[in-house]
Amino acid sequence: MTALLTFQDVAKSFTLHLRGGVVLPVVGGVSLSVAPGECVVLGGPSGAGKSSLLKMAYGNYRCDAGAIWVRDGETVIDVARADPRVMLSLRSRVIAYVSQFLRVIPRVSALDVVEAAGREGGLSEDEARARARTLLARLNLPERLWSLPPATFSGGEQQRVNIARGLIADRPLLLLDEPTASLDASNRAVVAELVREKLAAGAGVLGIFHDSEMRDAVATRIVDVTRFAQARAA
Amino acid sequence: MSAMGMLPRDGGAPDGAQVPSPVRERDRVRDAPYPERPDPSPQPSPERERAPGASEAGEAGYNFAYLDEGTKRMIRRAILKAIAVPGYQVPFASREMPMPYGWGTGGVQVTAAILGRADVLKVIDQGADDTTNAVSIRRFFARTSGIATTTRTTAATIIQTRHRIPETPLREGQILVYQVPIPEPLRFLEPRETETRQLHALAEYGAMHVKLYEDISRHGHIATTYAYPVEVAGRYVMDPSPTPKFDNPKMDQSPALQLFGAGRERRIYAVPPYTSVRSLDFEDHPFRVQEFTEPCALCGASGHYLDEVVTDDSGGRMYVCSDTDICETRVAEAAR
Amino acid sequence: MSTPLLSAENLTKAYGSRLACAGVDLDVTEGEVLAIVGESGSGKSTLLSLLAGELAPDSGCVRYRMRDGRSRDLADLGPAELRRLMRTDWGFVRQDARQGLRMAVSAGGNVGERLMGMGERHYGRIRGQALDWLGRVEIEAGRVDDPPSQFSGGMRQRLQIARNLVTGPRLVLMDEPTSGLDVSVQARLLDLIRRLSAELGLAVIIVTHDLAVARLLSHRIAVMRAGRVIETGLTDRVLDDPEHAYTQLLVSSVLAA
Repeated sequence: MTALLTFQDVAKSFTLHLRGGVVLPVVGGVSLSVAPGECVVLGGPSGAGKSSLLKMAYGNYRCDAGAIWVRDGETVIDVARADPRVMLSLRSRVIAYVSQFLRVIPRVSALDVVEAAGREGGLSEDEARARARTLLARLNLPERLWSLPPATFSGGEQQRVNIARGLIADRPLLLLDEPTASLDASNRAVVAELVREKLAAGAGVLGIFHDSEMRDAVATRIVDVTRFAQARAA
Repeated sequence: MSAMGMLPRDGGAPDGAQVPSPVRERDRVRDAPYPERPDPSPQPSPERERAPGASEAGEAGYNFAYLDEGTKRMIRRAILKAIAVPGYQVPFASREMPMPYGWGTGGVQVTAAILGRADVLKVIDQGADDTTNAVSIRRFFARTSGIATTTRTTAATIIQTRHRIPETPLREGQILVYQVPIPEPLRFLEPRETETRQLHALAEYGAMHVKLYEDISRHGHIATTYAYPVEVAGRYVMDPSPTPKFDNPKMDQSPALQLFGAGRERRIYAVPPYTSVRSLDFEDHPFRVQEFTEPCALCGASGHYLDEVVTDDSGGRMYVCSDTDICETRVAEAAR
Repeated sequence: MSTPLLSAENLTKAYGSRLACAGVDLDVTEGEVLAIVGESGSGKSTLLSLLAGELAPDSGCVRYRMRDGRSRDLADLGPAELRRLMRTDWGFVRQDARQGLRMAVSAGGNVGERLMGMGERHYGRIRGQALDWLGRVEIEAGRVDDPPSQFSGGMRQRLQIARNLVTGPRLVLMDEPTSGLDVSVQARLLDLIRRLSAELGLAVIIVTHDLAVARLLSHRIAVMRAGRVIETGLTDRVLDDPEHAYTQLLVSSVLAA
């Protein structure tokens, strides 16, 4: 079976034009893949380029060399070269990205934020609303907060809204960048459970989890990015 | 149609000989008494009078009807164009007249350009023949052209008007000349002349309805009572000059030629005889004219446009016809 | 991919020897928000005028897919056709509300004008639609008869949006719609624009110097400098991983985009 996500000899560096064009290498020679049902966790110290890999897979960062193949139904698309419109389409149907930060949308209630994400991901209005309620309940977000805009929520509450938003639709590829950083143990367990359900349904995950408990609960494989960082100079 | 009929009729004009003969033929017909409506001749003075001291030739030292023949021809060209494009405002080189702007300099120039020796002129202001403006313009033409003047709508061949259309239905061959202060109906919404011209050219008249919309939203009905915008011949939207909207229906399919002159704004426009003139409105707020609850206190007529006249210092008032000619005629007939 | 709703090819416009717009290519389609960013004098307003057919380009063309599905070069449309397009299928939200509104005409009249321009002659229906749209842009129904001269800056911009959207346009151009507004008023307006453009599947081209506005509203972004588009792509990619030196400068000059 074709992998959901394949990095093929990917390299990335930043050129800082404002500092005389100094080039900061990030990663090099990255080759890895994520199959359906697999949760690949990126390991290594901070600054090793873990987040950059996720962002490249999401099209948020450019990719200097190599290819990043994402399976879209029967075809595969090279995200590194995809037209912005193709990328937007992939994001709405195929790739979910959950970071530790909720980009706050003013004046929209938590429930609506999650529901809207579901509808963008192709769910019907009723389905989106039902799933949004279920998810927020499972993530223990007090119901009195549902109708309020998340801007005023605590970090942990915002993060749960963000997770609900990322997981509500049935996108087959999940990119999780420390989604549980400010959650307590019981809520982390809920997230782990949600991730395992996605995996069981055939989704693939590429994730970063600093918390070892969380990592152990979901990881099927750990890839140390230090070797890509070493190869970056090459 | 009388586009030709209003060409120079003053045979003594230096350029008269250049007018092709069919026109002159028609002029003769037109200047002849109207067989279907013979002059009610045995009428006393208002019917036809000449200004005291005015000769047939007019005031010495002035050309016939004041304007020089070159200017008249320029104005006639504008008039012809205006007739050819009903409702369209034709620019013309308005001249200084021996009266201030606002006193009808546009109408006076149009009248001067079309006046012939056989014409009989009536001038009204707010429907009345005896107001200052009407009297002075009538006297102006009597002195500068020596033509006959009248207060009788039926006897007149040319009627210059400010603010009214006579109640007596006009007939073929008659010309109604309006004095116009602001010819541009879109001006209140759009101050730029370049833009209003564009709007007319493209028949973009949505903004015109905005004015009516504003009326209804403010007053519950279309409160515009004068200068009520009309669409001429299904094309141009036109300001009928500050006539009350009561008179708008009279413009529609009128047998008479209607000419509009704006002196300060240098525009001439026209409604040829038998042309559709439709007052703008909404489906659910159709155009309606003013209605008067009581008849004229002098002649008893109903269905005429009435003026309110204050009769004393204690709030006494009465409503009388604004059209003095028809009112006096009815009173005279009743007395007989 | 289907034909874009609007596409510009090689748009060039010079004022004397200064190129205000040089060889710009871009396109936008339904449901998509494209931001054009750059500092003042970068040519973004000229570009918007060229796209709107208000300025004629020295070279290049703007093509638009009409409602009948045919793509037409705007230069081939007659003035009547172009203006009809502008007031039915296009909207233009101006930076200065006084240019986009009739300040002496009531809010209802402002919204109703485009309907009347399209031949609607039923007062009740016009007013009904005006009230509906005032509601959608969060202006109370009680203000329907007030002129925008009595409105705050934020309300004026919302009224402009209502006035433009009432005819169900497919393309809306916006020129710095939020500049000069207080931050909280801006947020409300941005949220409204975001919501309406998504709900109605509008194609939006928004010119702004504010990268935060571009990030919040747009899917794609074009960075202009000295009349040229120097970088273009997914909004978050261009802002988070800018390639061009100038874009890096632009991004680093803002406090938090």
